[in-house]
Amino acid sequence: MTAAYTPSELMVCRAARELRDGEAVFVGIGLPNLACNLALRRHAPELVLIYESGAVGAVPERVPVSIGDPALVTGSLAVCSMLEVFSHYLQGGRIDVGFLQGAQIDRHGNLNTTVIGPYERPAVRLPGSGGACEIAILAKRVVVVARQTRRSFPERVDFVTSPGFLDGGDARRRLGMPGGGPSLVVTDLGCYGFVDGEMTLVSLHPGVTLEQVRAALGWELQVAPDLATTEPPGEDELRLLRDLDRERLYLG
Amino acid sequence: MSADKLLSMREAVARLVRDGDVVVIEGFTHLICFAAGHEIIRQGRRDLTLCRLTPDLIYDQMIAAGCARRLVFSWAGNPGAGPLYGLRRAVEQQVPRPLELDEYSHFGMVARFAAGAAGLPFWPLRSFTGSDLPRVNGNIRTVRCPFTGEELAAVPPLRPDVAIVHVQRADRRGDAQVWGLLGVQKEAAFAAARVIVVAEEIVEESVLRADPNRTLLPGLVVDAVVHEPFGCHPSYAQGYYDRDNAFYVGWREISEDRGRLEAYLDEWVHGVPDRAAYAAKLGERVRELRARPRVAGAVDYGF
Repeated sequence: MTAAYTPSELMVCRAARELRDGEAVFVGIGLPNLACNLALRRHAPELVLIYESGAVGAVPERVPVSIGDPALVTGSLAVCSMLEVFSHYLQGGRIDVGFLQGAQIDRHGNLNTTVIGPYERPAVRLPGSGGACEIAILAKRVVVVARQTRRSFPERVDFVTSPGFLDGGDARRRLGMPGGGPSLVVTDLGCYGFVDGEMTLVSLHPGVTLEQVRAALGWELQVAPDLATTEPPGEDELRLLRDLDRERLYLG
Repeated sequence: MSADKLLSMREAVARLVRDGDVVVIEGFTHLICFAAGHEIIRQGRRDLTLCRLTPDLIYDQMIAAGCARRLVFSWAGNPGAGPLYGLRRAVEQQVPRPLELDEYSHFGMVARFAAGAAGLPFWPLRSFTGSDLPRVNGNIRTVRCPFTGEELAAVPPLRPDVAIVHVQRADRRGDAQVWGLLGVQKEAAFAAARVIVVAEEIVEESVLRADPNRTLLPGLVVDAVVHEPFGCHPSYAQGYYDRDNAFYVGWREISEDRGRLEAYLDEWVHGVPDRAAYAAKLGERVRELRARPRVAGAVDYGF
């Protein structure tokens, strides 16, 4: 008997399970923020939440609306300047997992949060990098949470804000990028890992078909030989998660 | 320089912010000095180069008011609530005037301020590899390490004409203390030619000297001090008042419509003489946002 859940709830719960106790995670706003706070309360009490705003070891008593919320400071382990967060923590190799979202992600896990269309005359101007570019380069591994449509999953992003595996293969290593790149992409249809720098479907969410996934993808789908079904959220996860986002700010 | 640098916001902006200046009002979500931005709009400054990691609502307002010629930034959005439409109208439709963009990542911006503060010609960092940002911004270059031969990204210093830094408390000489999120304010202030400190409270020098580890800026680098309680709303000051999240969410609708944004500026910026009048006009909301105390223990500086 499984509980009813929404696609957002499944995405957050799946992403949360990716975090291991004792790791240091660089937290982004929105669904990633919920995933990290869920992991902290559920299975990873020693998870260290680090926000680019400078809060280290945050234990927010309310779901932060922004990554600079005052609740991230109250009760945290440390508060440091942004120079320290980016140079000592991220560049210094202290971040195990970075969480990213993007308007577009492509076959090789490159993310775009800058422009749709050409840079000089964009069809849509997006917010830009924020810390995403360096998180993508420096975090030991990167987890991406994104809703999947054919437009948001094109073969090649319009603009590489935050590099994944670039053109695939060992391009990252050849360029000397310290971090491992994307390890998991969680969408509302399934989960992807990376094989030789290419996004590969590793699990389908319950009730989702391969045809649905193909219809929402801008390139030829690669499927892992041992394709699994994503484990749906359990009662305990859903209860904790719904308690975290009581106002449904992010879960919708 | 006089030991007493206390000025009104009107005087400080009139004396220290000039047309064509490179201006930074920093603060990452926390301590964003909306009071200073509003006074710059009231005084009709033009052709400013506005610098901030996250332009936030205050630069959306200043851009919509026609103060800016250029924006130096790394993430332009309304956090958690969509785009900044004033900024987008300037970029996409040149309304009310064209706006040049000079775009980095957060680390890139932090590094630019750090180079400016440290008096260095560039700051090396491990970022931008494989990104398209260096392709569209000639200020993002590479440098070869003289010891290992490794190639690193490099950005030039950002040296603002004026930095405006909001703090919880300061004395009349500009010694200023901050707690909570620190952002990049220290680097931005040390990089700037002129510095305005805006404080929730003005205290005796002895109060600051009792807890020197909390001092962000010494009066040494400060040119003017402004006493401006509630000067950050709808941003916040830790221990004083909370962020007005409802205002940020509501800004989307105001900002989306040029007429509504201009009506907002007429009513809440041009329509009030100063921050005290703004706070009075907000009325009950000021009380609702007041922080509940979470006081830290004192430490012993004895020897």
